Amino acid sequence: MSVEGLKAKIKQLEEELAVQKSINAQNAPAREKIAQMSSEVVDSNPYSRLMALKRMGIVDNYERIRELSVAVVGVGGVGSVTAEMLTRCGIGKLVLFDYDKVELANMNRLFFQPHQAGLSKVAAAAYTLRDINPDVEIETHNYNITTIENFNHFMERIQKGSLSGGPVDLVLSCVDNFEARMAINTACNELNQIWFESGVAENAVSGHIQLIIPGETACFACAPPLVVASNIDEKTLKREGVCAASLPTTMGIVAGFLVQNTLKFLLKFGQTTHYLGYSALTDFFPTMQLKPNPACDDSFCLERQKEFAAKPKPEVVEVSPVVEEVVHEDNEWGISLVDETPADAVEVTQSKPVGLAHGVDVAYELPAAESGSSGPTVQDTDISLEQLMAQMKKI
Amino acid sequence: MVDDSTRKTLSCIPLLKTKAGPREKDLWVQRLKEEYQALIQYVQNNKTADNDWFRLESNEQGTRWFGKCWYIHNLLKYEFDVEFDIPVTYPATAPEIALPELDGKTAKMYRGGKICLTDHFKPLWARNVPKFGIAHAMALGLGPWLAVEIPDLIEKGVIQYKEKSDV
Ligand SMILES: [Zn+2]
Repeated sequence: MSVEGLKAKIKQLEEELAVQKSINAQNAPAREKIAQMSSEVVDSNPYSRLMALKRMGIVDNYERIRELSVAVVGVGGVGSVTAEMLTRCGIGKLVLFDYDKVELANMNRLFFQPHQAGLSKVAAAAYTLRDINPDVEIETHNYNITTIENFNHFMERIQKGSLSGGPVDLVLSCVDNFEARMAINTACNELNQIWFESGVAENAVSGHIQLIIPGETACFACAPPLVVASNIDEKTLKREGVCAASLPTTMGIVAGFLVQNTLKFLLKFGQTTHYLGYSALTDFFPTMQLKPNPACDDSFCLERQKEFAAKPKPEVVEVSPVVEEVVHEDNEWGISLVDETPADAVEVTQSKPVGLAHGVDVAYELPAAESGSSGPTVQDTDISLEQLMAQMKKI
Repeated sequence: MVDDSTRKTLSCIPLLKTKAGPREKDLWVQRLKEEYQALIQYVQNNKTADNDWFRLESNEQGTRWFGKCWYIHNLLKYEFDVEFDIPVTYPATAPEIALPELDGKTAKMYRGGKICLTDHFKPLWARNVPKFGIAHAMALGLGPWLAVEIPDLIEKGVIQYKEKSDV
């Protein structure tokens, strides 16, 4: 489209927007911005039940949430619900990334509404979220983070996207594919940015969240992707005719796990999980800790590991975060927590991490050393790239 | 598992040597040369075997690829545009090959017309980083996808034969 064409298009869109705004003004925003969170219990205070957490001694300083910024990458079935929960909790700022549009095929999931079909997910989400809580600052980016044109900008927003112009406090990966997870991993290892990975299996009946602290816990590239056993025999799983299934339940549960641990991490209460899996068919929730792989493929992961090793460790009088065959105090019905967790953090090796929690496995194994296919290799050549490109065109 | 003919096809595509993605300016040029060498060889193999089925070219930086692929069914040639970007994490992650005009026409696709790969693709790719390149992704990903999906889509009447001048 020409510049003139684009200008005309912009003008047309501005007019449409003005009409829409005037319609919206009639159903005026539910409330004005609130400068300070109050713990007053009145029915007009949206924060009273959250501030009660402070009164009850669960969270020391709940208002701090207003200063915090979180990036949500992927605003689909998990990311949109995650963003809504954080918005309702009164997070200071959200930075949303997604390149997709809302489709009617998304309506089996939560958050988006049929009338939003055709809008970009980030724009539709921002609109709804601002309506729910106008106190939250929302920044949106409608692009694919894995491409070279967008990746540097994505890194820059992670690094400078907080309310104070510094790095965001946490990145939440709510994407649905390996490529995007690896891109987030690359960015966060380089920037030394703590992030949560989350995922729901393509069969919709298992999911997980994983905390990644560069250098300190296993990064996403340290091992092949981890999968929670769904107790379905893979051979009987029919993939003919479809790519992926999804359920609002599994996605909502994973989003709930993700935001719960985000709140614990950001507001420093309870214990933040390092890995929490979910198998829907068996109501099974494996947890574990994963150490980084000293032979990780990501050079920045290795650099972060060195930095972490050199750092003096704070002396922790730590209550082991691991629940070991604890018989519950009121064990009247003979319920006991099954040991789903190895006592020691798992060491990840290039092939298969040893001692993965029972019920968690790698999606596939990798050969320990240099191997894979063998055969003829491309010859060294003096032919220039341009010549090769021309040659390819001519065939 | 990967079938024998795909295995044989793969074994005739030269493997790549340089582990570099598009963020590594100098090494990427070297990798790109290898990509083109392997692709040229693969297309030539296909022509020799009377199984020529795609053409690809890239932008100058080699980060965006586009072209055509075609599938012969009952002596008729069905042709489709192919496109994909090279992700910043390439070659650790494979490119996501898309046939945009079939977007929304089959459940074996993700949004934007990205083809749904078999469970074998990712493990095999991961085990062969950095030796596999774009030619391997075509042979292992798009080739088998077309062979399974196109006849099915034709049978269901989802795609119709269009007269093309260049047949
Ligand atoms: Zn790593």
